[in-house]
Amino acid sequence: MSISVNNISKHFGAFTALDNISLDIPEGELVALLGPSGCGKTTLLRIIAGLEQADQGDVFLKGDRVTDQPVKNRQIGFVFQHYALFRHMTVFENVAFGLRVKPRRERLGEAIIRKKVHDLLSLVQLDWLHDRYPDQLSGGQRQRIALARALAVEPSVLLLDEPFGALDASVRKDLRQWLRNLHHDLNVTSIFVTHDQEEAMEVASQVVVLNHGRIEQQGAPGDIYDHPANAFVSRFIGQTNVFDLEEHDADWLQTAGLSAAQQKGKIAHVRPHDIVIEKSTHHSDAYVTLKDWQHLGALIRIELVKSGINGHAASVYAEMPNDQFRRLHLNRGDKVDLRIRHAHWFH
Amino acid sequence: MAAISIKSTRHNGLTATVLPTFRQYKKITDMAQSNIMPGFRPAISFTLVYLALIVLIPLSAMLMKTFQLSLDEYWAILTNARVQASFRISFGAALIAAFVAGVFGFIIAWSLVRYNFPGKRLFDALIDLPFALPTAVAGIVLATIYEPRGWIGKLVMDSTGIQIAYKPLGITFALIFIGLPFVVRTIEPVLQEFDTAMEEAAASLGATRLQTFIKVILPNILPATITGVALAFARGVGEYGSVIFIAGNMPYISEIVPLLIITKLEQYDYAGATAIGLTMLLLSFLLLLLINGLQWWVRRRSGQL
Repeated sequence: MSISVNNISKHFGAFTALDNISLDIPEGELVALLGPSGCGKTTLLRIIAGLEQADQGDVFLKGDRVTDQPVKNRQIGFVFQHYALFRHMTVFENVAFGLRVKPRRERLGEAIIRKKVHDLLSLVQLDWLHDRYPDQLSGGQRQRIALARALAVEPSVLLLDEPFGALDASVRKDLRQWLRNLHHDLNVTSIFVTHDQEEAMEVASQVVVLNHGRIEQQGAPGDIYDHPANAFVSRFIGQTNVFDLEEHDADWLQTAGLSAAQQKGKIAHVRPHDIVIEKSTHHSDAYVTLKDWQHLGALIRIELVKSGINGHAASVYAEMPNDQFRRLHLNRGDKVDLRIRHAHWFH
Repeated sequence: MAAISIKSTRHNGLTATVLPTFRQYKKITDMAQSNIMPGFRPAISFTLVYLALIVLIPLSAMLMKTFQLSLDEYWAILTNARVQASFRISFGAALIAAFVAGVFGFIIAWSLVRYNFPGKRLFDALIDLPFALPTAVAGIVLATIYEPRGWIGKLVMDSTGIQIAYKPLGITFALIFIGLPFVVRTIEPVLQEFDTAMEEAAASLGATRLQTFIKVILPNILPATITGVALAFARGVGEYGSVIFIAGNMPYISEIVPLLIITKLEQYDYAGATAIGLTMLLLSFLLLLLINGLQWWVRRRSGQL
């Protein structure tokens, strides 16, 4: 295991940030710590880095117990949400910093440092900015420099705290892909913290979902999406429709194609793309009305209104490819038949 | 732009009074987007009038007074040994005091920003005391404590044989006291804004605490420290009230320039007093220019310009 965390707990006053967390991360993975704000994900990352001390528990890096080691001895690379570049140093000096502060006997020669820094700057495709100051760079550039700086000391693990959190959407999209490729090339075990499930799914090879200081689920993005361990994960990862059987949805679900035998819990979560709709053939039995739809690129999100037995109207969301939707020739207010292909059941 | 200003004034409910007249409206549209901030003319006029009334006219009056002297007379006053000694004492003490206040002020500002301790707010308020205290009061207190028979003065005298009050050392002490708040108050906000993530970044890259301090913290705080030192120095050179009681005022030893000016005035030697005053003004101005230059250089080197 490259990174191991054993029974870590952390309290801030009465608030429990981390509640007995254990986590193993194999060599070479790119792991996302995913969760809503305040779930303890950043605290866990900072404890692994040594920027914060846990109240109890141990941290192992490459098999060595580093719980009592200060951050400077842990050989980690840390990338901060707001970059934390040294604003009084040029880009070059920022990246060279980790090499220059080494004890004299370990320090590389000036020529080697130069070469190494320029290589790293080329790696992040910003060598042409080497004599600029951080204030003169854009957010995306700063974050790439911060990454180059962290990589300069050849860390055994790379820790990134909301690395794209402060960037605008388009830069974010580019950088995600770029980080994934970079990780593929360097293969250094990495953990990044995010509250954006899309980002976690897109970038990470493993996702750890945290909530209220506990791990809800850990697994590959596909696994977590297809087999959410509980209602929280199902809701947090991707879109989902929630049907509560205690509110008389059982009959309705049966007519929608989920027979009583398939009902394995109290609450059904249905992904929008697991809902199929067709133009209603017999008007009397139609039980949903098409309210509106939105274009999401290749997909159309369809907003349906279901009139419940108790008189409450509830919205149900379905998704289908653009062309398929067009072929249905549906208009707002049309009555449609609805079929549920698959549901996750929770208690 | 005009449309925007009309809209915003309506929001304030001041439509009738604030709406631009046609002439103004035309002017605004003519200016296009050359100057978005209104009120350039009144603001700059006020600034110039103020500068003229409070700074330039009094200073020119002083200059005029000096012209009553011939160049030879002026030179004779300046090269007078007693005058030169007082210049050395005034500027020397102010410089040393400013640097000492710079170091002490840095440490105090650091403690106030970085640590929590009981009585911190009280301590914080005490820093400003030299600003508010009548300087004469401060001078008398300092003199009483540091004089050879005084509370601390006796201790120092007995243990090291060094006399503080009535010596240049006493002047320096008073100027440190006066200069300290300038340094603390200029460094404090900069330290508060300092992004501590930079320190964490340095540590994660393997830097020791000392390396982090020297390579990361200090360069970011240095420009503010220089400003503080410059302010303390500028104040120290002209300081009169707090120095006069502790200085002893012995010619050639502990006589400061402002005192010499007063002495000349008391002897109705107005031209002589203004000559010294003018020289002092020029020297201070040059030194401040130098410090500003140094600051510009530091900022430039640290990428803040």
